Amino acid sequence: MAEISYGYSVPIGPIHPALKEPIEFVFDIEGEKVKGVKIYAGHAHRGIEWMGMRRNPIQNLYLAERICGICSVTHALALALAVERALNIEVPPRAQYIRLIVAELERIHSHLLWAGVAAHEVGFDSAFMLLWKVRENVMDLLEKLTGNRVNYAIIQIGGVRRDITEELRHEIWKSLDYYRTLSERIKVLLLEDPTFTLRTRDVGVLTKEDALSLCAVGPTARASGVPKDVRQDQPYIAYADIGVKAITPDLYTGEVKGDVYDRTVVRLLEIDQSIDLIDKALTNMPDGEIVYEKNLVKLLALIKKGEGEGVGRHEAPRGEDVHYVKFVPGSENLAVWKVRAPTYSNLLPWVPMFKDAEVADIPIIVASTDPCMSCLNRATLVYPSGRKEVLTHEELHKLSVEKTRRLSRR
Amino acid sequence: MIFLKLILTVFLSAWVMFIGLLYKGIDRKIAARLQARFGPPIIQPFYDVIKLLQKENIVPENAVPWIFNGAPWLALLASISLFFYQPMGSLPPILGDRGDIILILYVFTVAAIAIVAGGFASGSPFATVGAQREMVLLMSYEFPLATAIIALAWYYSKTFSDLPAFSLYTYVLKPIWSHVGPLGFLGMLLIMLTILVVAPAELGKIPFDIAEAETEIAEGVMVEYSGKNYALFYIADGVKTLAMTALVVNMFFPWNLSSFFGLSGVGAYLLDFIFFWVKVLALLLISVTLVRVAFARLKVDQIARFYWFPLLLTSMVGLLLVVCDKLV
Repeated sequence: MAEISYGYSVPIGPIHPALKEPIEFVFDIEGEKVKGVKIYAGHAHRGIEWMGMRRNPIQNLYLAERICGICSVTHALALALAVERALNIEVPPRAQYIRLIVAELERIHSHLLWAGVAAHEVGFDSAFMLLWKVRENVMDLLEKLTGNRVNYAIIQIGGVRRDITEELRHEIWKSLDYYRTLSERIKVLLLEDPTFTLRTRDVGVLTKEDALSLCAVGPTARASGVPKDVRQDQPYIAYADIGVKAITPDLYTGEVKGDVYDRTVVRLLEIDQSIDLIDKALTNMPDGEIVYEKNLVKLLALIKKGEGEGVGRHEAPRGEDVHYVKFVPGSENLAVWKVRAPTYSNLLPWVPMFKDAEVADIPIIVASTDPCMSCLNRATLVYPSGRKEVLTHEELHKLSVEKTRRLSRR
Repeated sequence: MIFLKLILTVFLSAWVMFIGLLYKGIDRKIAARLQARFGPPIIQPFYDVIKLLQKENIVPENAVPWIFNGAPWLALLASISLFFYQPMGSLPPILGDRGDIILILYVFTVAAIAIVAGGFASGSPFATVGAQREMVLLMSYEFPLATAIIALAWYYSKTFSDLPAFSLYTYVLKPIWSHVGPLGFLGMLLIMLTILVVAPAELGKIPFDIAEAETEIAEGVMVEYSGKNYALFYIADGVKTLAMTALVVNMFFPWNLSSFFGLSGVGAYLLDFIFFWVKVLALLLISVTLVRVAFARLKVDQIARFYWFPLLLTSMVGLLLVVCDKLV
C-alpha cells in the first residue's frame, strides 16, 4: 500500500522576510511539523575568488573585505595572514595588537547585530530596535578608528594602515565602559525574557556528537559544548599574548543543551569576552612600527619575487574563516585563492536542527547559526540547458580534479 | 425613525473608519517611541490607505476569486457593524433592540472567519499556514471568552431581573463594579483580565500575531492581498481593534462624565461621546500597544496551551467567585 502523505511543501527563500540574504529551503511540512528539508545555496555567487586571481594581494584586500557585509575585517585579516605566511612577512607587534582590537570590536558589533536579528525573528521587535541602537556606539567607534563604519580598510599586508593614537585610546575605553554597563541589561532583556525563552529553549537542538561529526564552527559549535575556537587552539596575532578561552553556555546556565537559547548565551558572553580582550590589548599594546613595509612599490616587488603557499585562519564572529593562497614566481597575482567562510561549515548542522521543528521555529533556527550567504557561496553551477540540482560525489570529484589540473598548468 | 437610523449608520461607519485609522497611527507612533524610534507621522495610516487604493489589485492565478475578493468586504462590514450594537458614552446603541453581546461575539467570529476564508482562497502555502493558525487561535480563545461573558450576563440576570441581561446598554446603565460584593469584585477582576488577554489574540497582535507572522510565513493570510483588497483588510483591522476595546470599555469602564459635571441634553451626549473615545484610546494603548512592544511572538501550540489551561482556569475561577458572591 502506498504511503499517503498529508503534508505539503513550503518554500522558504530564495527571497523571504526571514532571510537576510538569498538561500532556498524547501520544507516538507505536516501540519506545523517539519518532516524534512532540502537546502539549495548558490543564489549570491559573485565570483570573487575568480576576480581575486587576476589581482595582486594588496588589491585583493579590498575585494576580500567585500566578501561579507558584516565581517568586514575577517576576510581581509585571514587573507593577510595567509599571504604573510606564504611570503614569510613578519608583522610588527603593535600592528598585531591593533588587528586584535579591530577584530574584537567587529565581534561586538556583529554579535549585537545578530542578537537584534534573532529578536526580530521571534517577533520581539522592541529588543531588535534597542539592540541596534546600542550597536551604533561601536559602529561610530570603528569609524573613528578606521575611517569607515563598514569595510574598514585597515588591514595591510604586513600590518595595518592606521595607528591608534592616545586620543583614540580614550575613546575606546569610553566605549568599553558603555558596553560594560549595558552587558547585564542586554542579558536581562533577552535571556530572562519569558517569551524569548519560550521561543528559543529546546528549539533547534544540535547535540555535541552532531556538532563534532558535522564540523560545526564558531558559536554554533561552542553552544553545543564543543570548546572550539581558533583564538584558543592556534593563537595568532596578539591572541597568543593575551590568551583566550572558548566560551560554552554552561558558564552562564550551568548546562549545555545546544539549542538556540544556548547560542544566544554564547554570543552575549562573547561580547563580554571581547570587551576584556580589547581592554587587555589596549593596556599591553607595545610601541613601534605598524606595518612591515610602508612603501607599496617595494612591497609589491617582494610579493612578485615570493613563492609558496599559505593558510590564514581567523575566528570570525560566525566561526573559523580559512583563506588559502598560492604564489608562483614571476607574478604578483595570486595563483590560487580559496576562501572557506564559517557559514559553509555550519550548513550541514542545520539538518539535525530542523528535525521535528515547527514552522514557527524555522526563521530563528536559520538565524541561529548567524548565516552569511554571500560568504558561503563559492560555487555555482551553470548548465546551458536548465538547472541541475544534485551532483554526486564522483561528479564533484571529477570536476575538482579537472580544476586542480587547470590551475596547476598556469 | 428608520430613515434616521439609516443616516446615523452611515455617519457612524465613516466615523469609526476614520477613528480606526487615526488610532492606528497613534498606536504606531507610541509603539515606535517605546522602541526608541521616531515612528511614522500619526496620519500615516491614511497615506497608506490612499496609496493602497491606487495600487493594482492582484488576484493570484490559483485563488478562488469570489471568496478572495469577498473576504475583505466581509471583514470590513462585520467590523463596522459591531458598532451598531455598542452604546457610546450615554448614547444607546443604534440597533440596540436588534442584538446583544452574543451577536457581537458572533460578528467578531465572522470577521475572523473572513480572514481565514481569504487566506485559504489565496492558494498560497503561506496563506494556508496562516489561515490554519488563525483557526486554531479562534478555537483557543473562544472558550475563555465565552466563559467570561456568561459570568457577566449571569450576574446581571440575577441582579436586575427586569433588564435584558445580555444587552450592553444594561452594563453601561448599571456599572458592574457598584453592584458586586468583595468576592464578586475579585471574580470580575479575573473576568476582566481574561478579556484583556483575549483582546490581542482577537485582534491578531503580538504576542498572538501568528496568523500573519511576518518573519515566519511572510504576513501569512495577507501574503497575496494587495491594492484595494488589502486596504479593506487594513481598515477592517483598525475598526476591529476599536470594536474590541470599545466592548471592554462598555463592559467594565462604562462611567460617564456628564453626571459628574451635571450636564444634560446634547452637551451631555457630546461630552460622554468624546470621553468614550478617550477611554477607548487609553485602553487600546494599554492592552494592545504596550503588550505588543513588551513580548515576543508565541508559537501556535504555546498559545493554545496558554488559553486552554491557565486562562480558562482564570475565567472559571472568576465565574465561580461571581457565583459565590451572588449565592452566599
